[in-house]
Amino acid sequence: MSIFADAATRLVIQGITGREGSFHARQMIEYGTKVVAGVTPGKGGQTFEATVPVFNTVADAVRETGANTAVIYVPPMGAAAAVIESADAGIPLVVCITEGIPVMHMSRAMPFVRSRGVRLIGPNCPGLITPGTRTKVGIIPGNICTAGRVGLVSRSGTLTYEVVNHLTRNGLGQSTCVGIGGDPIIGTNFIDCLAAFQDDPDTDAIVMIGEIGGTDEQNAAAFVKEQVTKPVVGFIAGQTAPKGRRMGHAGAIISGSSGTAEEKLAAFEAAGIAIMRRPADVVGLLQRKAQSTKGVTSRK
Amino acid sequence: MNLHEYQARTLLKAVGIPMFDGDVASTPTEAEAIARRIGGTVVIKAQVHAGGRGKAGGVKLARNPAEAADEAAQILGMTIKGLTVHKVLVVPAAEIATESYVGLIMDRETQRPLFMVSSAGGVDIEEVAAKTPEKIVRLPVDPTYGLFPHQALSLAFVLYRDFAQVKAAAGIMEQLHRAFVDNGASLAEINPLVTTPDGRVLALDAKVVIDDNELFWRPDLGVLRDDSAEEPSEAAARRANLSFIKLDGDVGCVVNGAGLAMATMDLVKYYGGEPANFLDIGGSSSPEKVINALKIITADPHVKAILFNIFGGITRTDDVANGIVAATRQFKVNVPVVIRLTGTNEAEAIRILNEVGMPALSDMDEAVQRVVQLARAAA
Repeated sequence: MSIFADAATRLVIQGITGREGSFHARQMIEYGTKVVAGVTPGKGGQTFEATVPVFNTVADAVRETGANTAVIYVPPMGAAAAVIESADAGIPLVVCITEGIPVMHMSRAMPFVRSRGVRLIGPNCPGLITPGTRTKVGIIPGNICTAGRVGLVSRSGTLTYEVVNHLTRNGLGQSTCVGIGGDPIIGTNFIDCLAAFQDDPDTDAIVMIGEIGGTDEQNAAAFVKEQVTKPVVGFIAGQTAPKGRRMGHAGAIISGSSGTAEEKLAAFEAAGIAIMRRPADVVGLLQRKAQSTKGVTSRK
Repeated sequence: MNLHEYQARTLLKAVGIPMFDGDVASTPTEAEAIARRIGGTVVIKAQVHAGGRGKAGGVKLARNPAEAADEAAQILGMTIKGLTVHKVLVVPAAEIATESYVGLIMDRETQRPLFMVSSAGGVDIEEVAAKTPEKIVRLPVDPTYGLFPHQALSLAFVLYRDFAQVKAAAGIMEQLHRAFVDNGASLAEINPLVTTPDGRVLALDAKVVIDDNELFWRPDLGVLRDDSAEEPSEAAARRANLSFIKLDGDVGCVVNGAGLAMATMDLVKYYGGEPANFLDIGGSSSPEKVINALKIITADPHVKAILFNIFGGITRTDDVANGIVAATRQFKVNVPVVIRLTGTNEAEAIRILNEVGMPALSDMDEAVQRVVQLARAAA
């Protein structure tokens, strides 16, 4: 019925007493997420909003509450260390929202994260949301989502919201929406999410939203061609971007001839991915794909 | 953040990488003094963040100090790809036996620092990579352990046969790796790494790019930023904490989020317009940010119409609306403005805008089509 986050999610929030952390903690609780713990070193023993116990370490939080998912709102300089702490505490799914982490920090953190078999989503991402179980881990606005059978994976934040909004308004609900992040080094890529959606019995069609820079979308297209039988619709942002300039995201930069929108769209086309020329196209393309595959997305 | 060649030289020298003598000059007199100290023929190199300096006349030979002063006078103040030259590097015109390439990048695929070395140096390495990829040897470095001595040696053996040169180059590999890691670089490059007729191994040219995310906690690197080497509007945007890139079109764009900002530019183009900029006001957008964004965009005389495209998630659309109203009170915006906002506190935002007679749209396509029409009508 979803990927990565569901009714079994027991969430610990790292940085729960901070400005960003406390704001989004309230939003996640309000949406329905089981927030079981918060962590802020030095504030162990306090209680957030009279309901969520705060611990000094993630290990304490896991031992006391059985937390199985962590979300990180720690400022950039300490965020990679926070990822490592959660991985070391045995949390299998870590979602890092923080933007602006030095890439060198992430390069050092990744071998440890992988050695523990941990799935990291992000950093610099909006997190994920499963509307069917009202489970939100991150910052995707809950009110624009609705339960359904379309899986969505994206490198972007607000562009994701734009596309989700089109889906919801046109009666196309979502199984899970995942934002994988706009940084050069991220824990979970398009292929990881495509594979999970392909295996998820409650996802009928997949939307992938990429952008210029790197080769992740090209690799994902090759994977779709080989391994994905569900219909896939894709978008690439940055078709008008100049070469060699970083378009906001540290990962959105065209270097030399690689990472261009043309290159990525050509890979999509070769893999049979239906291409959205504009965000609004997502609805028509999914409906057309659904008809040609005997109405899979309309089954509820 | 791109560093100038002279700044990159300083970082590489600091870890002990051998280089020819040389120094940076801001005036012809300074260039003359450096040339006199070095002696013999020197090369005068413009310090700008643009490729093709040589073709543009920004790299010149000078046979004596007087010529060095003359050439420096020519180069200082010249414009290369829109950027004014404020400094020149003066280095000896060395005699060279061989040229190689040594580079280190942060590789997104392996998620590690990746060495790239090639005995085909001195030319565009991207061209070598595209046409003869077998000539580039790659080695990812495990960030947990760093570069092992045998790895440095194996890279050096790619370049040289003479064991004295191999040992010298292996030392340079280790030093370059240290400079890369210690300075939070996303690229550190020696192109070319040369040998002299008497057998020495030296770095002739250096290029370093620092990861912008390091600058927050590394003020020592932050001071290396050269504001005058940037488009003035981009420098102003950076100081206002806005992510902004100037483009050549006439539709100004103010958007929250980098992905949506790119998609907005693409949609402007889709409906037949040309975007004037990329601008991401970020997540938590205070009215102040909106005012700064409008100031920067309206300063561009090519802008014929402005589009706000705000999808409120964390961003509160009423904050943006307040910013727009405050900005129009502070200064007159002489071009039409189209506002699209949807999401968090949308009703309040629309009320704020309607109170001052500004309409707001909720559909992105409709807003983009309208702003493109307005820009065309004004052109």
